[in-house]
Amino acid sequence: MNENELISQLFKTEYRKIISVLCKLFGIAHIEIAEDISNDSFLLASETWKLKGIPENPTAWLYTVAKNKTKDYFKRHKNFKENIIVDLQKNQIDFEEIEVDLSIKNISDSQLRMMFTICNPVIPVESQIGLALKILCGFKINEIAEAFLSNKETVNKRLFRAKEKLRIENIKIELPNNSEINNRLKTVLTTLYLLFNEGYYSKTQSKTLNKELCLEAMRLNYLLLENESTNIPIVNALMSLMCFHSSRFDARMSEKGETILYEEQDRNLWNNELIAKGNYFLIESAKGQEITKYHLEASIAYWHCTKLETKDKWQNILQLYNKLLLIDYSPIVALNRTYALSKANGKKVAIIEAEKLHLKDNHLYFSLLGSLYTKIDNSKAIESYQKALSLATTTADKATIQNKLNKLKKYKNNSLNI
Amino acid sequence: MKEFMMIFRNAYTPDVKPSPEQIQESVKQWQDWMAGIAAQGKFVGTNRLSSAGAKILKPNNVITDGPYAELKEIVGGSLTVKADSFEQVIKLAEGCPIFNDGGSIELRQVIPMAM
Repeated sequence: MNENELISQLFKTEYRKIISVLCKLFGIAHIEIAEDISNDSFLLASETWKLKGIPENPTAWLYTVAKNKTKDYFKRHKNFKENIIVDLQKNQIDFEEIEVDLSIKNISDSQLRMMFTICNPVIPVESQIGLALKILCGFKINEIAEAFLSNKETVNKRLFRAKEKLRIENIKIELPNNSEINNRLKTVLTTLYLLFNEGYYSKTQSKTLNKELCLEAMRLNYLLLENESTNIPIVNALMSLMCFHSSRFDARMSEKGETILYEEQDRNLWNNELIAKGNYFLIESAKGQEITKYHLEASIAYWHCTKLETKDKWQNILQLYNKLLLIDYSPIVALNRTYALSKANGKKVAIIEAEKLHLKDNHLYFSLLGSLYTKIDNSKAIESYQKALSLATTTADKATIQNKLNKLKKYKNNSLNI
Repeated sequence: MKEFMMIFRNAYTPDVKPSPEQIQESVKQWQDWMAGIAAQGKFVGTNRLSSAGAKILKPNNVITDGPYAELKEIVGGSLTVKADSFEQVIKLAEGCPIFNDGGSIELRQVIPMAM
């Protein structure tokens, strides 16, 4: 591995640790200084390692630099010292002997606190995800822009406003107390869930970036599981869901970034290790009383990971989707439920239900109708796929639909010839 | 959009004891039907009422065990939906498993209470 590869890898894993520790020390109001110090440490690493080679322990090297840079910063910036002095004194820290504590314990505690700080309902959800990507996942602005199909300026503005808001609201970098933690945890889990989905159902073409987003969501979720007060059933349920979903990651997308539909996936490419982990966390998630949407989605994903196609499988999936719809309606769940209905109770029943959905601006709705009408009424199937094609926006979706259309048209022509 | 309540009335048949399989099948049918309403984004909430230990409270603290002696049908539960009109609610009620057992649904518009 050359120094550039090493640095970008370390950036993904160590940046969040350094910045979380510094933020915890300075307070969220000074997050930009924490960002500067962290960035400068990586910049110095990149310059130094290029000339002198990679040090024996690159992580320790980075930590030492970050510590020294923090001390320098205090010496050189009198203003900062005067501004921050009030905050530090509140935390009973003597600024003259400031010591950056980069022990494993403090790192993990700081990261956990940062998750709750960033996933705070005072800022909009997109900003929470954006900040989480920037601070907790070490994403560059252009990578965040790519993930959101946006541009750097918009992302920068959004993150700037979010940080301002956290500063103005004087959000403390702390774990919520026990009575509050379950409620606040839900916001954190929503962010992790969306972060994962951003990668899993991504609008972008980059397979590497998508996988990275999913892995980051899992890493952050794992941090919650490592902490006693946040290792609760709902967190295990989300982890289980992520494991099951990502077990199909390699099977569901071609090297060119085209989506491979569930039925057409090479099941040998499903990752058994992740399926086993999914099972483990699913069992852990069943230890409480509450059944959340993550429990239901994880259970659905569990059945999706069963390779044998039995009627039982789809009957179970259908019942889980039924329950999910009652507690958390969304068009995508309604569509998936109708697909499960066709597998469990037959296409004719599903068509009647699908026609009631009226999701007329959703290309997935027409794709579903297309697949339901296939072999039952091929003209209607073609008509539906054509509507889907006109509504689809991404190249991957268009290609998938076009593929279906071509097959149907070929089939129709052949049967006419006979 | 207004809210409407479907009130489910069943024939009162205390002697009929369905088998576990029959109960399971019935639960499945109800779940499928309710999810069909939820899939249209029209589901608000639902309740099932237990008939065990039901009591009727009358003036002067007169308590009787359930309404069953006097009535041929009992209220088994309710489901609240979002709809624009009674016509839509009637559409939503289509396929309700209660009709399989000779039950009926009373449809009522919910009037929001100003608290």
